[in-house]
Amino acid sequence: MNVHLILFLAFGAVAVAGAINLLAQTHPINSALSLIAVMAALAGEYLLLGAEFLAAVQVIVYAGAIMVLFVFTIMLLNAGVEERTQGSRVAFLFGIPGLLLGSVLLGWVVLRHSGTEAVAAGALPGDPKTIGQLLFHEFLLPFEITSVLILIAIMGAVVLASKPPTHPPGVPARKVG
Amino acid sequence: MALPIWLFILVSVIKSAVVLVVLLTAVAYTVWLERKVVGHMQNRWGPTRVGPFGLLQPAADGLKFLFKEDLTPPHVYKPLFLAAPLIAVIFALTSIAVIPFGNSVTIGGYSIPLQITDVNTGLLLILGVTSIGVYGVALAGWSSNNKYSLLGGLRASAQMVSYEIALGLSLVGVLIMSGSFSLRAIVDAQGGHFWGFIPRWNVFPQFIGFFCYLMAAYAETNRIPFDLPEAETELVAGYHTEYSAMKFAMFFMAEYANMITVACLATLLFFGGWHGPIFGPPILQAVLPVFWFAAKIVAFLFLYIWVRGTLPRFRYDQLMAFGWKFLLPLALVNLIATAIAVAW
Amino acid sequence: MVPLSYYLVLSGFLFACGVAGFLIKRNIITIFMSIELMLNGVNLSFVAFAAHWHALAGQIFVFFVMVVAAAESAVGLAIIIAVYRTRETLNVDQVNLLKL
Repeated sequence: MNVHLILFLAFGAVAVAGAINLLAQTHPINSALSLIAVMAALAGEYLLLGAEFLAAVQVIVYAGAIMVLFVFTIMLLNAGVEERTQGSRVAFLFGIPGLLLGSVLLGWVVLRHSGTEAVAAGALPGDPKTIGQLLFHEFLLPFEITSVLILIAIMGAVVLASKPPTHPPGVPARKVG
Repeated sequence: MALPIWLFILVSVIKSAVVLVVLLTAVAYTVWLERKVVGHMQNRWGPTRVGPFGLLQPAADGLKFLFKEDLTPPHVYKPLFLAAPLIAVIFALTSIAVIPFGNSVTIGGYSIPLQITDVNTGLLLILGVTSIGVYGVALAGWSSNNKYSLLGGLRASAQMVSYEIALGLSLVGVLIMSGSFSLRAIVDAQGGHFWGFIPRWNVFPQFIGFFCYLMAAYAETNRIPFDLPEAETELVAGYHTEYSAMKFAMFFMAEYANMITVACLATLLFFGGWHGPIFGPPILQAVLPVFWFAAKIVAFLFLYIWVRGTLPRFRYDQLMAFGWKFLLPLALVNLIATAIAVAW
Repeated sequence: MVPLSYYLVLSGFLFACGVAGFLIKRNIITIFMSIELMLNGVNLSFVAFAAHWHALAGQIFVFFVMVVAAAESAVGLAIIIAVYRTRETLNVDQVNLLKL
């Protein structure tokens, strides 16, 4: 047992616990917080793999922006405890076997390939400079395309979430809530 | 010379303890400074009774917070209600870990940097920690199960996410000029002078960036004129309406610790950190950088308080419009101009 | 030193949890969070493989995944808000009709 393995296991345990808690909780805000724990643990794993810039971005973008958006929406819509319905039981019947199947498959992978080459701590320099050079030279075109994607997403979100247009003439406005 | 591992751990623990004690004291005395300065601005005396000039007031306040009844209202969502102040204060105190206070000092042949840890993505770490700090406020608002708290929490999360973009972009200009995320490297790049007399501080070439940073920082720390999440005239006390005693004190500490972090960051990125005139005997030369750093931070804190004593509170739509329609484009323009100037 | 397979197992487990959550959860926001969990699981395997093959491109892919996730969550949450406005529910079982 070396330090690297211990840290891997610690972060991994947090991630696994968070993922299971996400499934177990019925209130969306608890699920959201478990997901944040998973993301923070994954940032730790990235650090172990030497991807320090990625770890920082993971925390800033995922935990700090995307999940804040989720929590914000949960607060805004005042989402309560989810109710179980007929459909959910059917999904349950499919979900649990799926999870089991996945676990068995993974176990098989471990047994089969447990001798794979080990990944050293900080094996790859994922520092901002290298990443930036790669991003703006080799991956310039995908980068630009994603910026267009983001722009479209912004416009879409603004259009979707903005106030519904004034109702057409002759149709009375529907009273909400 | 690199330290042996046990000595490294010992030194780190000592540094963390010292920094924590200094930070908490600074938080307490920032509150005192604020009450005193705002008092004088409003033609009052501020605290005068406890100790000379009211200097022991922070201790009295601390004792009061400790001994007050710690109410937990029956309708709150308890786990998050208890966790929220902890989240707020922990993340507010964490970000100080990468702030350098001065150059290295040499003790017994070992060079020890005046910083808890020097990571080469220090600035990103601070941004990440601040962005997580939103949860403290948002969850406090939500878990209190109270409409004023909820509104405060909603406002806080929307405001902090919005201004974080402007905050990040305003710093990119500095990053382009110094070419590093490491706070120590950024400060080192600011040594020396322009034309022999103006200090080579980033604030001179980057004054637009500094303006954006300052505005965004006020919004990020929920201070007047952007303290909408706790606007007492409309939301009672916003997200901490239901909190009392030590739990309230934790939010209070988090707010002031955030102020200090923001002031540290402004000093490091725009005002040359610990650079300043160095003179006198060797012992003075060793102490002066830390003194300059502290002096600049106090100046920033004074600015905070000054603004609080001067400006009224914005309306929420004005706040959002200012952030998105003015500050963000301005930061972008500054970024592009800096990039062009550097590439030239 | 941690074997690559450990990272893959963790990533696969997270992905499986995401799939399971996607299937069993009824709250539309939680379903959405399950998708994010799946993306995170995939990201971990990207980074692990990047370190394993000494190819930084793997880390770059993670950036793109994050960008797409951000765009997706912005639009998705906007859709959720729009759905909530018209249906006043977040339960996907009650949002099964195209027309009100």
